[in-house]
Amino acid sequence: MSKATVQHNDSNVDSLLRFMTCGSVDDGKSTLIGRLLFDTKTILADTLTQISNTSKKRGMEAVDLSLLTDGLQAEREQGITIDVAYRYFSTGTRKYIIADAPGHEQYTRNMVTAASTANLAIILIDARRGVLTQTRRHSYLAHLVGIQHIVVAVNKMDLVNYDQATYDKICADYLAFAQEIGFAQARDIKFIPLSALAGDMLVDRLDNMPWYKGETLLEILESAPAAHTEGDEEFRFPVQFVCRPHASADADLHDFRGFMGRIESGGISVGDAVTVLPNGYQSKVKAIQLGDAQLQSAQTEQSITLLLEDEIDTSRGDMIVKTGSAIQPVKQIEAFVCWLSETPMSLARTYVIRHTTRESKAKVGTISYKVDVNTLEEQATTDLKMNDIARMTFKLAQPLMVDSYATNRATGAFIVIDESSNNTVGAGMII
Amino acid sequence: MTNKQTKHQQPLSHLDWLESEAIYILREVAGQCSNPVLLFSGGKDSLCILRLAEKAFRPGRFPFPLMHIDTGHNYQEVIDFRDQRAAELGERLIVRSVEDSMKRGTVVLKTPDESRNKHQSVTLLEAIEEFGFDCCIGGARRDEEKARAKERIMSFRDEFGQWDPKNQRPELWNLYNARSHKGENIRAFPISNWTEMDVWQYIERENLALPSIYFAHQRDVVMRGGSIVPVNVPLVSGEVANPLKAGEEIINMQVRFRTVGDISCTAPVISDADTVSKIVLETATSTITERGATRLDDQTSDASMEQRKKEGYF
Repeated sequence: MSKATVQHNDSNVDSLLRFMTCGSVDDGKSTLIGRLLFDTKTILADTLTQISNTSKKRGMEAVDLSLLTDGLQAEREQGITIDVAYRYFSTGTRKYIIADAPGHEQYTRNMVTAASTANLAIILIDARRGVLTQTRRHSYLAHLVGIQHIVVAVNKMDLVNYDQATYDKICADYLAFAQEIGFAQARDIKFIPLSALAGDMLVDRLDNMPWYKGETLLEILESAPAAHTEGDEEFRFPVQFVCRPHASADADLHDFRGFMGRIESGGISVGDAVTVLPNGYQSKVKAIQLGDAQLQSAQTEQSITLLLEDEIDTSRGDMIVKTGSAIQPVKQIEAFVCWLSETPMSLARTYVIRHTTRESKAKVGTISYKVDVNTLEEQATTDLKMNDIARMTFKLAQPLMVDSYATNRATGAFIVIDESSNNTVGAGMII
Repeated sequence: MTNKQTKHQQPLSHLDWLESEAIYILREVAGQCSNPVLLFSGGKDSLCILRLAEKAFRPGRFPFPLMHIDTGHNYQEVIDFRDQRAAELGERLIVRSVEDSMKRGTVVLKTPDESRNKHQSVTLLEAIEEFGFDCCIGGARRDEEKARAKERIMSFRDEFGQWDPKNQRPELWNLYNARSHKGENIRAFPISNWTEMDVWQYIERENLALPSIYFAHQRDVVMRGGSIVPVNVPLVSGEVANPLKAGEEIINMQVRFRTVGDISCTAPVISDADTVSKIVLETATSTITERGATRLDDQTSDASMEQRKKEGYF
């Protein structure tokens, strides 16, 4: 079985990778996802029987794997908003969550949504068409939202006779463009020739492209680093909830004051000196708890309860950092903002910005420019409509503890909320 | 590349990651909502959520009560288990029943043996109004059904409790927006990103107790429309669910339930898995199991898929 040939990165065993796929139906995205689910044996017999019957009804000889994501296509025919869908598969060594985002221009907001939780993006290119405007758009958005690992998948190689020269040219074209936008230098980019339809280079290598010596798509996925494993990040702990069970019959719990939250980055150990922002109170970590377990230290992405040596008045929205960390509360932020709402942004209104577990009222400061996602040109603007991306500033009523998005995706990100509808209307990445 | 990585942290295991995400979501509900409730049926998914809530909020009490919408057509073992678990945790359990809604006239069955599963939503909305809940925490998972693949973790419902796919809030990073106006409602799904396999692995790792009908047992069943249907099931009310129909032949089979819900629409599967670790193994190879079931009747696969959609997967 092909699984045996996969080179495992030991530290990835039993970990989880979130990735996204960018491309339109024409690029074979549905078939690619269907093939990954099928070849990793995620598809149960009943589902397979169903799509096999549907394939036959439509007069197809082979099972059409793109039907596995058919629910979405049906919606498109009905004119319902096309949305990000989440899909799951496991190889036995690693669990995967796919964010499947529609790729057309009017779905910029969906791509940004899908990218926000992804650590790797597969950008699909049709081998017959090469690098298109949409390829540039997808790459720019993946770059903007901070995805570190890019897999440029040149699909439909079966339709160009598995021709190496065609593949090489597309790779060269892509690299030239990626260098031009400063993307190639900042990201890990891999290229792979595929036929999702025939199954070449996804899970199995097959025999059609002996000239390609690189990893299969699944091998790339199996060896891709998990989030937070590549850089030294500073400790950031936004307080979500304060546990004070003082009414408890247990006398030991009378003074219990646990700060609950998820470590957004970095690590912490018992005894570490910490500062609580924005007030600046200082203390030391007395204990770290996860359920019944007492931990000596904890790491990024763990949801824990922190107990401090001193009684400090701390509530939801505060942030615990290591003493000496350079982070400071700010009352103005500059960011790239993607507008998500059908109602355009109003310069006159007050919005709510939600950053980590903290909220603040906010007013628009200045808009420097908006970015044409197809040409990447900067254009002067005074308004922001759905799918627009602009560089702008906000003035804040309450201080926020921020890092730049480039250094920390958790503490560099925020959403904009319209209080009248309570809708999430914007997504921001702090510069 | 590998060398560079080893000096930094090891990634969490997938179960640790999923657990941490679910705890985070539960705490967001507690932090953002003023009057949430946790829907608890005694089923495997909601039992996982109870363990996650313990990890999220102990040594404090849960910042929400538990609530079960009872169709009156549940297995006695599951109801007993539900009550026992709530008592062990020392948390408040609210039970509201579809039969009360029927008495009030707000639920009208088309036929006496119609499944009450879909009518649970009426009773749920009545309970939401009665208690003024602004958020219901549920155990739905995105892998259950195609349509669920696009569900939000914090899903907005209007004042009629309706899910409007065109009016869902974009959900970015882990910045969940659980705001609602009075009368509106949020449904929060902490185990959205879990698969059936993850649930069983978590049950195994956490050593969670489950109602006995999840494990292989002998049961009187008939084959009805390609499905295995338990017959003559005694109800809490003293009545009998799924009475034997004329011409049907009772078969005593070794089965277990993959989901527990309303008796009238929950079919068991043939299985000899009588421990959690055997169920994990069975789930891992469930393609074969389903094919095995197919051999009983060619229609089984399609019918059971339809069945799953009906089984309380609201």
